Amino acid sequence: MKAAVIVSPGSNCDRDVQVALRQSAGSDPIMHWHGDANLPDVDLIVVPGGFSYGDYLRAGALAAQSPVIREVVARANKGVPVLGICNGFQILTECGLLPGVLMRNAGLKFICRDVDLRVEAADTVFTRDYVNGQIIRIPVAHNEGNYFADDETLNRLDGENRVAFRYCSPEGEVTPAANPNGAARNIAGILNEGRNVLGMMPHPERLADAMLGGTDGRPMFDGLIEALATAA
Amino acid sequence: MRFAPGWGKHQGMKARIHITLKNGVLDPQGKATEHALGGLGFGGINDVRQGKYIELDLTESDPVKARATVEAMCQKLLANTVIENYEIDLDE
Repeated sequence: MKAAVIVSPGSNCDRDVQVALRQSAGSDPIMHWHGDANLPDVDLIVVPGGFSYGDYLRAGALAAQSPVIREVVARANKGVPVLGICNGFQILTECGLLPGVLMRNAGLKFICRDVDLRVEAADTVFTRDYVNGQIIRIPVAHNEGNYFADDETLNRLDGENRVAFRYCSPEGEVTPAANPNGAARNIAGILNEGRNVLGMMPHPERLADAMLGGTDGRPMFDGLIEALATAA
Repeated sequence: MRFAPGWGKHQGMKARIHITLKNGVLDPQGKATEHALGGLGFGGINDVRQGKYIELDLTESDPVKARATVEAMCQKLLANTVIENYEIDLDE
Protein backbone atom coordinates (compact mmCIF):
# COMPACT_ATOMS: atom_id res chain seq x y z
CA MET A 1 0.00 0.00 0.00
CA LYS A 2 1.50 3.28 -1.09
CA ALA A 3 0.10 6.60 0.05
CA ALA A 4 0.97 10.17 -0.86
CA VAL A 5 0.43 13.25 1.30
CA ILE A 6 0.23 16.49 -0.70
CA VAL A 7 2.33 19.27 0.83
CA SER A 8 1.52 22.88 -0.08
CA PRO A 9 3.11 26.06 1.23
CA GLY A 10 1.19 26.53 4.47
CA SER A 11 0.22 22.89 5.06
CA ASN A 12 0.64 22.18 8.75
CA CYS A 13 -1.11 18.85 9.34
CA ASP A 14 0.92 16.95 6.76
CA ARG A 15 3.28 15.45 9.34
CA ASP A 16 0.46 14.40 11.65
CA VAL A 17 -1.06 12.51 8.71
CA GLN A 18 2.36 11.03 7.97
CA VAL A 19 2.63 9.76 11.56
CA ALA A 20 -0.92 8.37 11.55
CA LEU A 21 -0.32 6.52 8.27
CA ARG A 22 3.03 5.21 9.46
CA GLN A 23 1.39 3.92 12.62
CA SER A 24 -1.36 2.11 10.71
CA ALA A 25 0.62 1.00 7.65
CA GLY A 26 4.00 0.37 9.14
CA SER A 27 5.59 2.36 6.33
CA ASP A 28 5.99 6.02 5.48
CA PRO A 29 3.82 7.77 2.89
CA ILE A 30 5.39 9.81 0.11
CA MET A 31 5.41 13.49 1.03
CA HIS A 32 4.66 15.10 -2.33
CA TRP A 33 5.30 18.79 -3.04
CA HIS A 34 2.31 20.56 -4.61
CA GLY A 35 4.36 22.12 -7.42
CA ASP A 36 5.41 18.74 -8.79
CA ALA A 37 2.76 17.45 -11.19
CA ASN A 38 4.50 14.06 -11.47
CA LEU A 39 2.63 12.24 -8.77
CA PRO A 40 3.89 8.66 -8.44
CA ASP A 41 1.45 5.75 -8.67
CA VAL A 42 -0.19 5.51 -5.27
CA ASP A 43 -3.18 3.73 -3.73
CA LEU A 44 -4.22 6.64 -1.53
CA ILE A 45 -3.87 10.42 -1.69
CA VAL A 46 -4.30 12.63 1.38
CA VAL A 47 -4.73 16.39 1.08
CA PRO A 48 -3.95 17.54 4.62
CA GLY A 49 -4.99 20.53 6.69
CA GLY A 50 -3.27 23.84 7.11
CA PHE A 51 -3.43 27.28 5.55
CA SER A 52 -2.28 26.68 2.00
CA TYR A 53 -1.27 29.99 0.39
CA GLY A 54 -2.28 31.78 3.58
CA ASP A 55 -5.95 31.23 2.72
CA TYR A 56 -5.57 34.10 0.22
CA LEU A 57 -8.59 34.86 -1.97
CA ARG A 58 -10.64 32.00 -0.40
CA ALA A 59 -9.51 29.08 1.75
CA GLY A 60 -8.19 26.41 -0.62
CA ALA A 61 -8.82 28.40 -3.80
CA LEU A 62 -5.19 28.90 -4.79
CA ALA A 63 -3.99 25.43 -3.79
CA ALA A 64 -6.83 24.01 -5.91
CA GLN A 65 -5.02 25.45 -8.95
CA SER A 66 -1.62 23.97 -8.12
CA PRO A 67 -0.11 21.52 -10.66
CA VAL A 68 -0.49 18.40 -8.54
CA ILE A 69 -4.17 18.98 -7.83
CA ARG A 70 -5.00 18.55 -11.53
CA GLU A 71 -3.37 15.15 -11.24
CA VAL A 72 -5.22 14.41 -7.98
CA VAL A 73 -8.52 15.15 -9.77
CA ALA A 74 -7.55 12.81 -12.63
CA ARG A 75 -6.62 10.01 -10.19
CA ALA A 76 -9.80 10.51 -8.17
CA ASN A 77 -11.81 10.20 -11.36
CA LYS A 78 -10.06 6.88 -11.99
CA GLY A 79 -11.15 5.66 -8.56
CA VAL A 80 -8.06 6.29 -6.41
CA PRO A 81 -9.20 7.11 -2.86
CA VAL A 82 -8.62 10.77 -1.94
CA LEU A 83 -9.02 12.02 1.62
CA GLY A 84 -9.17 15.77 2.23
CA ILE A 85 -9.00 16.96 5.81
CA CYS A 86 -9.88 20.51 6.86
CA ASN A 87 -8.00 22.75 4.40
CA GLY A 88 -7.81 19.61 2.26
CA PHE A 89 -11.64 19.49 2.23
CA GLN A 90 -11.70 23.15 1.23
CA ILE A 91 -9.28 22.41 -1.62
CA LEU A 92 -11.40 19.45 -2.81
CA THR A 93 -14.51 21.65 -3.03
CA GLU A 94 -12.58 24.44 -4.77
CA CYS A 95 -11.19 22.04 -7.40
CA GLY A 96 -14.64 20.58 -8.03
CA LEU A 97 -14.13 17.04 -6.71
CA LEU A 98 -16.75 17.67 -4.04
CA PRO A 99 -19.83 19.92 -4.26
CA GLY A 100 -20.55 22.98 -2.11
CA VAL A 101 -18.20 25.32 -0.31
CA LEU A 102 -16.79 25.88 3.19
CA MET A 103 -17.74 29.36 4.32
CA ARG A 104 -16.65 31.46 7.28
CA ASN A 105 -17.85 29.98 10.58
CA ALA A 106 -21.25 31.39 11.50
CA GLY A 107 -19.87 32.60 14.86
CA LEU A 108 -16.91 34.32 13.11
CA LYS A 109 -14.44 32.68 15.47
CA PHE A 110 -11.68 30.21 14.76
CA ILE A 111 -12.83 27.01 16.47
CA CYS A 112 -10.30 24.57 17.89
CA ARG A 113 -11.79 21.88 20.09
CA ASP A 114 -12.97 18.28 20.17
CA VAL A 115 -16.40 17.66 18.64
CA ASP A 116 -18.72 14.69 18.57
CA LEU A 117 -19.52 13.21 15.20
CA ARG A 118 -22.07 10.66 14.13
CA VAL A 119 -20.88 8.22 11.50
CA GLU A 120 -23.49 8.27 8.74
CA ALA A 121 -21.87 6.21 5.99
CA ALA A 122 -19.69 3.31 7.16
CA ASP A 123 -19.69 1.65 3.73
CA THR A 124 -16.57 3.34 2.33
CA VAL A 125 -12.84 2.62 2.35
CA PHE A 126 -12.45 5.53 4.78
CA THR A 127 -15.14 4.55 7.26
CA ARG A 128 -15.27 0.73 7.11
CA ASP A 129 -13.80 0.36 10.61
CA TYR A 130 -16.64 2.44 12.05
CA VAL A 131 -20.31 1.48 12.17
CA ASN A 132 -23.30 3.55 11.18
CA GLY A 133 -24.62 5.57 14.08
CA GLN A 134 -21.33 5.32 15.99
CA ILE A 135 -20.36 8.49 17.84
CA ILE A 136 -16.71 9.47 17.65
CA ARG A 137 -14.86 12.39 19.18
CA ILE A 138 -12.06 14.13 17.25
CA PRO A 139 -10.98 17.78 17.01
CA VAL A 140 -11.89 20.53 14.60
CA ALA A 141 -9.58 23.49 14.04
CA HIS A 142 -10.87 25.90 11.44
CA ASN A 143 -12.15 29.33 10.57
CA GLU A 144 -14.03 28.28 7.42
CA GLY A 145 -15.92 25.09 8.18
CA ASN A 146 -19.44 26.25 7.58
CA TYR A 147 -20.52 23.87 4.84
CA PHE A 148 -22.89 25.41 2.33
CA ALA A 149 -24.60 24.08 -0.77
CA ASP A 150 -27.97 24.77 -2.38
CA ASP A 151 -30.96 22.70 -1.27
CA GLU A 152 -30.90 20.60 -4.40
CA THR A 153 -27.28 19.58 -3.71
CA LEU A 154 -27.99 18.93 -0.03
CA ASN A 155 -31.00 16.78 -0.89
CA ARG A 156 -28.90 14.87 -3.36
CA LEU A 157 -26.14 14.29 -0.79
CA ASP A 158 -28.72 13.01 1.68
CA GLY A 159 -30.57 10.94 -0.91
CA GLU A 160 -27.38 9.24 -2.08
CA ASN A 161 -26.16 8.74 1.48
CA ARG A 162 -23.09 10.86 0.80
CA VAL A 163 -22.92 12.60 4.17
CA ALA A 164 -20.18 10.65 5.96
CA PHE A 165 -20.21 12.52 9.30
CA ARG A 166 -22.50 14.97 11.08
CA TYR A 167 -21.82 17.11 14.15
CA CYS A 168 -23.88 15.74 17.02
CA SER A 169 -24.35 15.88 20.78
CA PRO A 170 -22.43 13.38 22.95
CA GLU A 171 -25.61 11.28 22.83
CA GLY A 172 -25.64 11.32 19.05
CA GLU A 173 -28.42 13.82 18.47
CA VAL A 174 -27.97 16.07 15.47
CA THR A 175 -29.05 19.43 16.89
CA PRO A 176 -28.29 23.11 16.17
CA ALA A 177 -26.56 23.29 19.58
CA ALA A 178 -24.14 20.56 18.51
CA ASN A 179 -23.26 22.43 15.31
CA PRO A 180 -19.98 24.30 15.91
CA ASN A 181 -19.84 26.38 12.74
CA GLY A 182 -23.26 26.74 11.16
CA ALA A 183 -22.73 23.95 8.62
CA ALA A 184 -25.83 23.06 6.60
CA ARG A 185 -27.59 20.04 8.10
CA ASN A 186 -24.69 19.65 10.58
CA ILE A 187 -22.52 18.29 7.79
CA ALA A 188 -18.92 17.58 8.87
CA GLY A 189 -17.85 15.38 5.95
CA ILE A 190 -19.12 14.37 2.52
CA LEU A 191 -18.35 11.83 -0.20
CA ASN A 192 -18.25 12.15 -3.97
CA GLU A 193 -20.56 10.11 -6.17
CA GLY A 194 -18.03 7.30 -6.53
CA ARG A 195 -17.52 7.21 -2.74
CA ASN A 196 -13.74 7.27 -3.25
CA VAL A 197 -13.34 10.93 -2.26
CA LEU A 198 -14.01 12.05 1.30
CA GLY A 199 -13.73 15.63 2.52
CA MET A 200 -14.10 16.35 6.22
CA MET A 201 -13.45 19.32 8.50
CA PRO A 202 -12.54 17.37 11.69
CA HIS A 203 -9.04 15.94 12.06
CA PRO A 204 -8.87 12.14 12.53
CA GLU A 205 -5.06 12.30 12.45
CA ARG A 206 -4.99 14.43 15.60
CA LEU A 207 -6.56 11.72 17.74
CA ALA A 208 -5.03 8.55 16.37
CA ASP A 209 -2.65 7.85 19.25
CA ALA A 210 -3.64 7.18 22.88
CA MET A 211 -0.74 9.33 24.04
CA LEU A 212 -2.55 12.36 22.57
CA GLY A 213 -5.74 11.70 24.49
CA GLY A 214 -7.83 9.58 22.17
CA THR A 215 -7.85 7.10 19.32
CA ASP A 216 -11.21 7.73 17.64
CA GLY A 217 -9.41 8.88 14.51
CA ARG A 218 -7.30 5.79 14.17
CA PRO A 219 -9.92 3.44 12.63
CA MET A 220 -9.97 5.68 9.56
CA PHE A 221 -6.29 5.01 8.85
CA ASP A 222 -6.44 1.36 9.92
CA GLY A 223 -9.49 0.82 7.71
CA LEU A 224 -7.87 2.49 4.70
CA ILE A 225 -4.74 0.40 5.06
CA GLU A 226 -6.75 -2.84 5.37
CA ALA A 227 -9.03 -1.98 2.45
CA LEU A 228 -6.19 -0.96 0.16
CA ALA A 229 -3.94 -3.86 1.14
CA THR A 230 -6.64 -6.35 0.14
CA ALA A 231 -7.34 -4.44 -3.07
CA ALA A 232 -3.70 -4.43 -4.14
CA MET B 1 7.84 68.76 -30.93
CA ARG B 2 5.21 66.29 -32.00
CA PHE B 3 4.54 62.87 -30.62
CA ALA B 4 3.13 59.89 -32.41
CA PRO B 5 -0.53 59.27 -31.63
CA GLY B 6 -0.90 57.34 -28.42
CA TRP B 7 2.55 58.27 -27.19
CA GLY B 8 2.80 57.88 -23.46
CA LYS B 9 -0.70 56.52 -23.35
CA HIS B 10 -1.39 53.35 -21.48
CA GLN B 11 -2.30 50.76 -24.09
CA GLY B 12 -4.22 48.30 -21.95
CA MET B 13 -7.22 48.69 -19.75
CA LYS B 14 -8.29 48.25 -16.19
CA ALA B 15 -10.80 45.70 -15.04
CA ARG B 16 -12.57 46.39 -11.78
CA ILE B 17 -14.29 43.38 -10.31
CA HIS B 18 -16.79 43.40 -7.48
CA ILE B 19 -17.43 40.05 -5.85
CA THR B 20 -20.45 39.81 -3.60
CA LEU B 21 -22.26 37.04 -1.76
CA LYS B 22 -25.41 35.83 -3.46
CA ASN B 23 -28.75 36.74 -1.95
CA GLY B 24 -29.72 34.30 0.76
CA VAL B 25 -26.14 33.36 1.60
CA LEU B 26 -25.47 34.20 5.22
CA ASP B 27 -22.80 36.87 5.67
CA PRO B 28 -21.57 36.68 9.28
CA GLN B 29 -18.96 39.40 8.69
CA GLY B 30 -21.60 41.76 7.35
CA LYS B 31 -23.84 40.98 10.31
CA ALA B 32 -21.05 41.63 12.83
CA THR B 33 -20.20 44.93 11.10
CA GLU B 34 -23.87 45.92 11.12
CA HIS B 35 -24.00 45.18 14.82
CA ALA B 36 -20.88 47.26 15.49
CA LEU B 37 -22.24 50.20 13.49
CA GLY B 38 -25.41 50.04 15.55
CA GLY B 39 -23.27 50.07 18.70
CA LEU B 40 -21.61 53.29 17.50
CA GLY B 41 -25.00 54.92 17.24
CA PHE B 42 -25.39 54.73 13.45
CA GLY B 43 -29.04 53.94 12.87
CA GLY B 44 -31.04 53.37 9.73
CA ILE B 45 -29.15 50.36 8.43
CA ASN B 46 -31.29 47.58 7.02
CA ASP B 47 -28.46 45.24 6.15
CA VAL B 48 -24.67 45.09 5.65
CA ARG B 49 -23.15 42.78 3.07
CA GLN B 50 -19.39 42.50 2.70
CA GLY B 51 -17.62 41.59 -0.53
CA LYS B 52 -14.32 41.84 -2.38
CA TYR B 53 -12.93 44.30 -4.88
CA ILE B 54 -10.21 43.22 -7.30
CA GLU B 55 -8.48 45.49 -9.79
CA LEU B 56 -6.62 44.09 -12.77
CA ASP B 57 -4.28 46.04 -14.99
CA LEU B 58 -4.53 44.34 -18.38
CA THR B 59 -2.31 44.51 -21.44
CA GLU B 60 -5.25 43.65 -23.69
CA SER B 61 -6.68 46.67 -25.49
CA ASP B 62 -9.67 45.03 -27.16
CA PRO B 63 -12.58 45.39 -24.72
CA VAL B 64 -14.45 42.37 -26.08
CA LYS B 65 -11.45 40.08 -25.63
CA ALA B 66 -10.62 41.62 -22.27
CA ARG B 67 -14.12 41.07 -20.96
CA ALA B 68 -14.14 37.45 -22.12
CA THR B 69 -10.80 36.80 -20.41
CA VAL B 70 -11.81 38.45 -17.14
CA GLU B 71 -15.11 36.56 -17.23
CA ALA B 72 -13.15 33.29 -17.48
CA MET B 73 -10.88 34.39 -14.61
CA CYS B 74 -13.92 35.04 -12.42
CA GLN B 75 -15.46 31.68 -13.29
CA LYS B 76 -12.27 29.72 -12.74
CA LEU B 77 -10.69 31.42 -9.78
CA LEU B 78 -11.64 34.89 -8.63
CA ALA B 79 -15.19 34.05 -7.54
CA ASN B 80 -16.74 30.90 -6.18
CA THR B 81 -20.01 30.87 -8.07
CA VAL B 82 -21.62 28.51 -5.57
CA ILE B 83 -21.96 31.44 -3.17
CA GLU B 84 -20.68 34.53 -5.00
CA ASN B 85 -21.73 36.84 -7.81
CA TYR B 86 -19.31 39.03 -9.70
CA GLU B 87 -19.57 42.21 -11.71
CA ILE B 88 -16.92 43.36 -14.16
CA ASP B 89 -16.30 46.99 -15.13
CA LEU B 90 -13.82 47.75 -17.87
CA ASP B 91 -12.01 51.08 -18.13
CA GLU B 92 -10.28 51.95 -21.32
